[in-house]
Order: sequence, then C-alpha cells, then structure tokens
Amino acid sequence: MIKPIKNRSWFFILPALILVGGSTIIPLITIVNFSVHDVFYGNDFIWVGPKWFIQVLNSREFYNTLLRTFAFSAIVLAIEVPLGILIALSLPRKGPSVPFYILAIAIPLMIPWVVVGLMWLLIIHPQWGSLGSLLSLFGFQIDVNNLLTAWFVIVFVDVWHWTSLVVLLCYSGLLAIPDRYYQAARIDGANRWKIFRFVELPKINRVLMIAILLRFIDSFMVFAEPFIITRGGPGKSTVFLSQSLMRTATQQFDLGQSSATSLIYFSIIVLFSWILYKVM
Amino acid sequence: MPIYFLVCYSFKTEFEIKNSITPIPMLGTLSNYKAIFNDPQSYMAFVNTILYVLLNNVISLAVAVPAAYAFSRYSFLGDKHLFFWFLASRLTPPATVAIPLFQLYLTLGIVDTHIAVALAHCLFTVPIAVWILEGFISAVPRELDEIAQLDGYSLPQFFIKILIPAIAPGIGVTAFFCFIFSWVEILLANWLTTVDAVPFGSIILRAGIALGLNPLGWISAMAVLAIIPGVLLVLLVRKHLSKGFALGQII
Repeated sequence: MIKPIKNRSWFFILPALILVGGSTIIPLITIVNFSVHDVFYGNDFIWVGPKWFIQVLNSREFYNTLLRTFAFSAIVLAIEVPLGILIALSLPRKGPSVPFYILAIAIPLMIPWVVVGLMWLLIIHPQWGSLGSLLSLFGFQIDVNNLLTAWFVIVFVDVWHWTSLVVLLCYSGLLAIPDRYYQAARIDGANRWKIFRFVELPKINRVLMIAILLRFIDSFMVFAEPFIITRGGPGKSTVFLSQSLMRTATQQFDLGQSSATSLIYFSIIVLFSWILYKVM
Repeated sequence: MPIYFLVCYSFKTEFEIKNSITPIPMLGTLSNYKAIFNDPQSYMAFVNTILYVLLNNVISLAVAVPAAYAFSRYSFLGDKHLFFWFLASRLTPPATVAIPLFQLYLTLGIVDTHIAVALAHCLFTVPIAVWILEGFISAVPRELDEIAQLDGYSLPQFFIKILIPAIAPGIGVTAFFCFIFSWVEILLANWLTTVDAVPFGSIILRAGIALGLNPLGWISAMAVLAIIPGVLLVLLVRKHLSKGFALGQII
C-alpha cells in the first residue's frame, strides 16, 4: 500500500525523537568533548587532542579486554544459536501444552540480571549451594578463582539466561510456515535435515538474524552477571568492556580515557551491527 | 530449577542454609520476608523500582504512540532512516552513556530521582515501543482514520477515542516489554541513583558483593520478590505475547 506523503508527521515523531536523542545524541556529543580534553573537576577543560585515543589504543589491557569481550560474544553465540534453533524445532507447534512451554521458556528473560547472577552464585557455592555442594561430594570444586571454571560458569549462565530469546524468536518464525510447505516437502521425499535446510531455515532466516544481532549486541554489553559472579576475576580474566569502562570512569574518575574507550567501543558495536545488518 | 532453589533458600533460616543441604526447607520460616518488610530501605527499593518503571512506561507509550502512528500511516522526508535510527539507538551500550547522562541530569537537577531513571531507560524502551506499536497500528485499517475524520473527530480525540481502544492489545504488549526491559536493567538504574530512588538491584548488588553474600536467606528473599512481577506479568499477557513475538517477522 502506498502511504500518502505528509511531512508534517514529523511533529508526531518529535517527542520520541527528543527523548531518545536526549539519551543517545547528547551523551555521545559529551563523550566526544571529553575524549579530546583533559578534564579537571568536571569544568576545567584543557585541549589534548587525540592523546586519550593514543593512550587507549596503545594499552595492552584495552586489547585484552576487547579480545575477551569478543571471545565471550563468539562463544555465547556459537552455543545459543544452534541450541535455540534446536529447542525451537523440538517444541510442539499446536496443542494445549504450547502456552506452558512458552511460559517456561520466557521466564528466564523476566528475571532481573542481578538476580540471575546472584542465583547462580548461590547455586554453585561450594558449601551452601545445591549444585556446588553436590559436586564437591564427588571431589569436584566449582571455583570461580580458576580461570577455566570462571569462564565456564559465566558462559553457562548467559546461555541459561538468553537462549530463550533465540528460541522464542525462531519459534515465532517457525509458526508462520504454512502446513502445505511441509506437505510438499514430504511428497518430494525430503528427510528431516532437508526439511530444515530447505524449508525451515530460509523461512526463519530473518528472525534468526534479528536474534543473532540482538544476542551479539547484548553479549557485547554484558555487565551484571560477570560483575556479580566473578567480579572480573581471577585477576582480570573476566573483565569485559562494560565493566572496565565503568571502573575507569567511576573509580578512577578518568573521564578522558573512559570517553575515548566509550567511543571506540560504540564504534565497534555499530560497525559489527552494520555488517550483520548488511549480511542479512 | 535454579529458581526453585532460590525460593527454597528464601524460606530457610541462615542456620539451616549453612548447615544442611536439603531440597526442601525443613524449618519453613518467613523471617527473611519479614525482615524485608520491616526494613524501610529494603521495601522502599521495590517501591522505587516500581515507580520508575511505571513512569518510564507512561512516558514511552505517550511518545511512542504518535510516532508509531506517523511511521505506519505516512511517508515523509527521511522516514526510513529515522525508523532505522530508532532501532539503532538500541545499540548504544548503557556503559557509554552512563557518565554523560549523569552530568546531564546533574545539570537538570534530577539525579537520584525516579524521573531520571525513567528517562534514561527510554533509551531502549522507546525504540522497542515504536517498533512494536508500528506493527499493531499498521494492522488497523486506514478507513478507520477516514471515517473518524468524517465524523468530525479532531486528531487528539481520534487518538484517545478511536485509535487507542483499537490497538489496546498492542499497547498491553508494548507496556509489557517496556516494563520488563526497564525492570531488569541495573547498570543505569544503579548509577543514576544514590539514596532516594535506589532500585532493589543496587541493594542486591551491594549485599551480594560488598557483604559477601550475607545474609543469604535475606538476599534470596529479595531476589524472589524481584522475580515475582515479571512472572506475574507473563501469566497476565501470555495470550498476547505470541503476537508480540510474531511481530519479529514483520521487520
């Protein structure tokens, strides 16, 4: 349907625009401003040009944190997407049990992030936690001070928390496939894998991309769960960008450096999302 | 499963948690919940959260309905770019805008108020609201607008009397998503508040990290209370929920 052209409708958008702009554009301008100045007490600005950027780009720690964040996103995506598709495929499409399944799957998404972290922290506690104490009976300690275990726990928690999103999006995509597609495939003698590959996958392509995009963005911004479960440890092995950013800004009050980092961080997210968007 | 253990913990006494591992609480106790409801700081944290989440809901819906209407009905200069830009603002990491927002709100004198958190959360609730509502409004036949116009409804009247009742389920779904997204967010909510508008998340964070998980039963009870609204809401809107998710196919 062709929509009538009406430039006055900008007025409808304006309130939303101001509100969202107020919390994206204005902060971004402020960050750009901070990133090229040395700021004292929040009101003394001394022009330093690209000094902060050079400092950030030359710091090993920044690269390490960046690499960790990428690794985390990659691992999490590699597990959640196939698992999400698999669960979505195995859910019944019709019948009285559907609302129950949807509900059970949706629940992890409704839990505040802090609570998710806390909950798992309690469960894996070696003395008081149910899983933790059970495993220590077999002589296996869940120790978040161990590098590998810490990573395993964080990834596991994220998978538990967010696979649901992939499942729900894929499931809604699968529901939209008409029955006759399956009938046609069956007549052609397609096996299960071929049905998935040539009937279902092309149909859920778009929602899947949205799911991947959302999961990428959110895992790249991960903050609460590692913060509460491992506190970034052992050492700095689970410090991700969000956390290191908040630390530089709020504990070291280093506005210039944190702003420069923010800008780099933001550009990376936009760049990658744009690539994903173009690919889909 | 994990939720079940959490609920168990919340009904156990400190002694029982630390000395025995049982799948069900043997000595059921309400003392943890009593402690929360007797401590103004703890229960006010929930009141604060509910306040800013509701505030955020009202603001988001108020600005998103007209915007979604415009996107759905008219084409105008830069509409596609703008629609994408709305979605793109979802990409902004909260950590990057946290500090400038703090300074902005400091200038406006609204740091540590509910309105500050509500406004900050608009960063991700408004785009989602516009996105979902656009789908619902597009499903309303355009003839409805024209008939209303012929009947002499002015634009505000049309919005209140015709459009909003027509997309009521859509508004419900949108409100649900805004509620959840605002409810679970912690970074900005924690950062923009100090005393008066502290969300429950900050309290849990503090007890969980600074105090080394003490007292355990009490934290569990806090966490259980924090889960309840989300679960209740899902139960409430579960029929419309699938519709909301189905909209994922439209874009």
